[in-house]
This record gives sequence, structure tokens and C-alpha cells, in this order.
Amino acid sequence: MLELSKLSLSIGKQSLVSNLNLQLAAGQLHVIIGPNGTGKTSLLRALFGELPLQQGEIRFGGHTLSRLHAASWRRQFGYMPQNIQLELDLSVLEVVVLGRLDSLSMRLSDDDILAALSALQALGIAHLADRAMHSLSGGQRQMVLFAQVLLRDPQIMMLDEPVSALDLQHQLQLMEHLHHQTRAKNWVSLVVLHDLNLAAQFADQLIVLAGGTLQAFGPPSEVLDAGLIHRLYSVPVDIHHDRDGKPYIRTLRQASLTA
Amino acid sequence: MTDISALHTALTRQRQREQRRWRFLLLFIALIAGSLLLDVATGPSLLSLREVAATLLSPGEADAMTRAIVMDMRLPIALMALVVGAALGLGGAQMQTLLDNPLASPFTLGLAAAAGFGAALALISGGFGLPPLIAIPIGAFVCCMLAAGLLFGLALMQHVSSQTIILAGIALLFLFQSLLSLLQFLSSPELNQQIVFWLFGSLMRTTWDALLITTVVTVVCALLLYRDAWKLTCLRLGEARARSLGVDVTRLRLKTLVLVALMTATAISFVGIIGFIGLVAPHIARMLIGEDQRFLIPLSALCGACMLSVSSVLSKSIIPGALFPIGIVTAIIGVPFFIWLILGKGRKRA
Repeated sequence: MLELSKLSLSIGKQSLVSNLNLQLAAGQLHVIIGPNGTGKTSLLRALFGELPLQQGEIRFGGHTLSRLHAASWRRQFGYMPQNIQLELDLSVLEVVVLGRLDSLSMRLSDDDILAALSALQALGIAHLADRAMHSLSGGQRQMVLFAQVLLRDPQIMMLDEPVSALDLQHQLQLMEHLHHQTRAKNWVSLVVLHDLNLAAQFADQLIVLAGGTLQAFGPPSEVLDAGLIHRLYSVPVDIHHDRDGKPYIRTLRQASLTA
Repeated sequence: MTDISALHTALTRQRQREQRRWRFLLLFIALIAGSLLLDVATGPSLLSLREVAATLLSPGEADAMTRAIVMDMRLPIALMALVVGAALGLGGAQMQTLLDNPLASPFTLGLAAAAGFGAALALISGGFGLPPLIAIPIGAFVCCMLAAGLLFGLALMQHVSSQTIILAGIALLFLFQSLLSLLQFLSSPELNQQIVFWLFGSLMRTTWDALLITTVVTVVCALLLYRDAWKLTCLRLGEARARSLGVDVTRLRLKTLVLVALMTATAISFVGIIGFIGLVAPHIARMLIGEDQRFLIPLSALCGACMLSVSSVLSKSIIPGALFPIGIVTAIIGVPFFIWLILGKGRKRA
């Protein structure tokens, strides 16, 4: 269980997140949604121990995040930041293997290489193993970086907009894999997404942030309603439910804008 | 079954890639050995390569004259070319890695300019009571480390980006160049000539002591850098991603900067300003073997060593009997070669 209590974050005088209380269970996929600039990325960075807490505390497995233990705290995390700008002359395999940074010896062992290849294979991109990173498309890079974070074998998995460059097939593939592994490996998973339908489809729990405060927390079917979405994004929507009772959202064109 | 064979094919390919990089390292070692022999053989009294090799292998059997020329006069200079080239090549490579910028080098960040100012100050002040051979390197080293100290301070601040450090380095470059010009403006023509000669960069001032100090500092710094090879490779993925993989970026940045500054300050203080190697050698190394720092660290050092050694040979052979300052030769030959290389790379990627 990853617990956040009375968490407040700020950069300079600007408050990013205030008084956030959350309990995130292992084996569950949590998706953070909310408009741009509402502190989603800052929250992940704070959980990772990269952004100092203004107030409150973060606990996991009986330990509290304190600056002293930042290195051992971070070892529990697989964290994939947003940026995928990688003009690198390294092969895909060499990038993925860095996921095992903590245990790599100077000579790459067969075991390290095979682990990296297996991660690529699990995502269906083993054929990219020999390609240079700079020759890949944005979406391919994103998949490779996901494979890298899988290799860390974490307890807490945090992905910041992991599907922003992916096509439909790979979006589903990445989310399915994450969903499956979260259960299989009992991860506390935390993902920032902008696609509300993808969020509704895969999230066990939705964390809705706006203006740095928690607007709602719970299963998508309980949390997502047209009123909330309108409040968040000022966009009118229709909400339907699929066969499994999961909500799906259709945006409506605003009359004032289309007229 | 196909999965397993695919895994093994990929594993074999990775091993082939590593073997290819090893071959480049060995190639450069061979080139350096050849260049070292040529460097020792070239000079006012021409020696054959066979004579040089024989004297190097068994100095006791060579005649006194050849032994004196090879062992006492030319060998320390030729070895200094290798060590200084290695220090500058490796220093440049790590500056580029650290600051994520292909233009970074000890020169673009003002370290060399600071050393130049320190050397000029030592010359003008009469060596602070010390003999010039000692005072000038000390002056250059102290000023170089002072300039680096400012960069260390910036590197320690968490919110300071690489771009800020580069900008501060460029500002330092202008500051020390202006201060140097001021010293030149105030000094007598004789002193001015000495300053200018130091600024050209020359291996001729080399002594065995200078060689020993530079070698020890360079080897120790290189080994310490090599220990962080994986972390430095991670840093090439960007600071945020390196952090996410568990790298303490602030600490790594400071440690690397200190090692690079020590290495380059020591090299520059003994031989003066030798430009371009710190910028070009890492690029050549990277074009040949990519960003894997386990190989890039040794290859950028070997590449720098090779370049400076070849430049040393050329500086003695452009006009037989005359000696061009090596700092001038590296740039004149290096620039067209470098432009040809980067244009070629651009075509390959396009």
C-alpha cells in the first residue's frame, strides 16, 4: 500500500498540489486524469523523491520517504518520465538493458541481455532489438522505454503519459501488459493518461486532479460522469456504458463554437 | 522454439557489436604505437624506425647519441603528446556527455582561457618567486580550477540545467579572454611574446616530471570515470530518465566535472593551449562506436592520443627542420577533417 497523507507540493511560491490524501493498493492500476498543468507530473516526481514535499508524508511498505533514503526509496520504483526525445547512437537492446542499472557489471552478462530481449519480446518489439535508438519513430521509442522500465522489476510502477505517441494497437498492447503485470506482480501502478476512454477501460481506480486538489477517487464507473468532465475540461460529453459496465465517453461539439 | 532461436540470434548480434568495438580499440592502439615510433623518429636528426624501435626495446644496446636523442629528448615529448591527447579527448567526451551538448569541451567552457590567463599572470608577476617552469603550470592550474569551481557550484544546484552551465562557461571564456588581453596590453613586448608562445601550446616544454604528473592524474581520473561508465551512458538518455533509472545526477555531474577539470587543467598547464582535440576526438569516437560509455571512454582517450601524436609528427615535418607549434597544427588540420566528417554523418542520417 502506497499512502499519501496531507501531501502538499509547490515550486517557489506556486502551489502545485495541496492536502492530498490517497491510499493506493498493490495489484491495482491507478490512473491519474485531469487538465494540463494540474500537478499530475509533479505528483509522480514527488512520489519518486525528486520533488521536495512542502507538507505531508509518503509511506510505502512501512517506510516513509525522507531525503536521506532517496536512493533506496527509488530502487522500489519503475518510473517512466514523459520525454521521448532520444537522438542516441545506442541500440534498442542497450537502452533496455539500462533498466538493470543497479546490477550491471562492466561486461554485459548473457542473463542481462536475455532479460532485455524477453522484455522486448513481451511487448512484441523484439525485432527492434538491433536498431539504433535514433532511427526509431516516437511510438517505437515509447515502447522501448516501457520495456526498459519493466526490466527494473519494481514494486511501484509509475508511467507519465506512456501512450502519448502510440498508435491504437500499441496503446492497447501497452495498457493490457501493464494491467496484467500489475496483477501478476502485485505492483502499485500509477499512470497519467489524457485519453479518458483508455483510462476508463483499464483503471481499477481513477485519481481525478484539478487545480492541485483531488476532485474524485474511485472506480471509473463511479467517478466518471458528465458533470465532472464538464467541470474539469469545460467540454460537454455523453457517457455510455459498455457490456462490462465500463463507461465510455463521447465528446459533443459545442453549439457556440460550431455556429 | 522460434522465440528461443530469435533470442539467441539477438544475443549473438549484441556480442558481435561489442567485438566490433573492441576491434576499434585495438586499431587505435596499433595506430598510436605506429605514430609514437614515427614521432620519436622525426626531428632534426632523422632516425630510422628500426633504430627507434631497437633503442626503445633495449636502450642499453643503443649508441649513446641515439639513446640520448630517443630516451632523453624525444620520448618524453612523444609520450606527453599521447597523455595530453588522451586527457583532452576524454575530457571533451565527458563534458559533452555531462552537458548533453556536442559543442561542449574544456575550451568552449572557458577552462583553457582561464589556464591561459593564469599562465600569463604567472609570467607577468615574475613567477611569484618560483622558477618559471614551475610557476607557469601552477598559475595555469589554479586559474583553471577556479573557473571550474564556479561550474562545480552551478552543477551542485539541482534546478540548474546543463544549458545554464554551458552559458556560464561561455561567459567565463569571454571573461578570461578579456582579462588575458588586459594583461597582454599592460605587459612589455618581451613578456607579451612569451605569453603568446605559451598560448600556442607546445610539447617542447615537457620534462619527465611533467610527464609523470600528467600521466598519473590522467590515468587515475580515467579509471574513476570508467567506474561510472553505465551511469554516464544513462545520462545520455537525459537527466530525468537517468534519475528515473536510479542515477544521482547531481552527484554524478559534480564528480565527473571535478575529474574532467583536474585532468584537463593538469594537461593544459604543462603544454599550453592545444585546441580542437577535446571537441573532435569524442565525435570521431562516437561516430565509430556509439554512446556506450564502456567503449566511448577508452576510445575517446585513444582517439585524442592518436590525433595529438599525429599532429606532433606533422608539426615537425611540414617544413623539415622547422617546428610549428602543435596547437596551430591540430586546428589547421583538424578543422577541414572535422567538417568533412560531420557532413558525411549528416548525409548518412538524412
